[in-house]
Amino acid sequence: MAATPTPLEVRNIKKRFGDTEVLKGLSLKAHKGDVITLIGASGSGKSTFLRCMNLLEQPDDGDLIVHGEPVRFKVTRHGREPADRRQVVKMRAKLSMVFQGFNLWAHMTLLENIIEAPVHVLGQSKKEATEHAYALLERVGLTARANAYPAQMSGGQQQRGAIARALAMDPEVMLFDEPTSALDPELVGDVLKVMRDLANEGRTMVVVTHEMGFARDVSSKVIYLHQGLIEESGTPDEVLRNPTSPRLKQFLAPKY
Amino acid sequence: MDITTWMFEWLEGNAIFTPNTLGYYWDGFVTTTQLVFLSLLAGLLLAVPLAILRSSRHKWISLPVYVYTYVFRGTPLLIQLYIIYYGVVFFDGIQETFLWPILREAFYPALIAFTLNTAAYTTEIFRGAIKATSQGEIEAAKAYGMSSSLMMRRIILPSAFRRALPSYGNEVIFMLHASAIASVVTLTDLTGAARFVYARFYAPFDAFLFVAAIYLCLTFAILFVFRQLEKRLLAHLKPLSH
Repeated sequence: MAATPTPLEVRNIKKRFGDTEVLKGLSLKAHKGDVITLIGASGSGKSTFLRCMNLLEQPDDGDLIVHGEPVRFKVTRHGREPADRRQVVKMRAKLSMVFQGFNLWAHMTLLENIIEAPVHVLGQSKKEATEHAYALLERVGLTARANAYPAQMSGGQQQRGAIARALAMDPEVMLFDEPTSALDPELVGDVLKVMRDLANEGRTMVVVTHEMGFARDVSSKVIYLHQGLIEESGTPDEVLRNPTSPRLKQFLAPKY
Repeated sequence: MDITTWMFEWLEGNAIFTPNTLGYYWDGFVTTTQLVFLSLLAGLLLAVPLAILRSSRHKWISLPVYVYTYVFRGTPLLIQLYIIYYGVVFFDGIQETFLWPILREAFYPALIAFTLNTAAYTTEIFRGAIKATSQGEIEAAKAYGMSSSLMMRRIILPSAFRRALPSYGNEVIFMLHASAIASVVTLTDLTGAARFVYARFYAPFDAFLFVAAIYLCLTFAILFVFRQLEKRLLAHLKPLSH
């Protein structure tokens, strides 16, 4: 019945750093329009899980299926790695990531940051990419900063710029890695507002966050991670209003 | 009295800086600028790929480049020049090859020595700058679907070159001054011209202070060029003035 393939599916992801097993078999399926929020204490593995989804971390085990296409892996003496670099490059272009530290390219203006990957990875014309970029800059309220360098912008502006850069790829799924954690409290609101708008327009998003308000109001699904395992998952109502596991109750307690 | 007539009168009343010796200085100026410019250009072209290889994670790629930079940074430039200038003759049969007319002139051995020397230093300057690329920016490049070569070309090198600019400016000035040793292998560069004038008139202060002033002017020009480059290329590191 599914006319379009599932944008992103991961099955049984495992990852260890040295002797520590950080991810102990995690699965997740993002349907079109899903906003999935990953919550959990520091060290629960939520960022690592997200980074496995675009292979910034190499999972030691498990499957990764992007837009219906499974990523092929091979086992070398360095461990498990993707079998085909070009497939990874293509796959990553379908998933845009927004980072905690923004990670805009410092030697480029905001506009150049936004058109960089569309022009050089997707092969769009500079003119087309620039027009798209200005539309996105208007969305995130940064038209006036198009020619500013990242160092000349506030954290909130940089993060909204980074979201515009992510949108410019017209991604299947947007991955957000604690996008507001490095921001001053008064700047968090602007970024969250942009993310809410994206969720409302039906973008598929996977979000690692500490913003419980965002998780509660915006997500279609909340996943609570504890020590590399999914402890609880479901709708925000189920998970955040009626937590069953004692650990999740404790995790939520100070805030509610 | 306008300045040119003044200059001519001064030159006529002056025993040392005659049109003849000034001609020597001019030839020296041409030789020095050619030698320095060409060796810097060739050294730069060599250093970019070498710095990329030097930054490789694979030991068997980075190690040979390291050996090269270590040897050329670890020995005096004068010795390198001697080895190339005096040493080539001892290669059997080199005098029959097409290379001989080139290597017989002092200019080309000096050019080769200077090129290899500056390439070694420049490689290490660039390698340091490449290594200092922000890890976050590299991750962003990967996450946006850039292949390694695209990432090198669009993200790492442009950002590294900008970071390397001030150190590279120093290397350019260093090469200008190091080029003075070209005079020991019979080249009439600026220093060579000064030595000639000194020997002929036994006037060390006139001969060498004059050439020192020329080096100062050249250094000033280099500093000016790099100042302009930094203003343009390092603008992204400066916050806007409010």
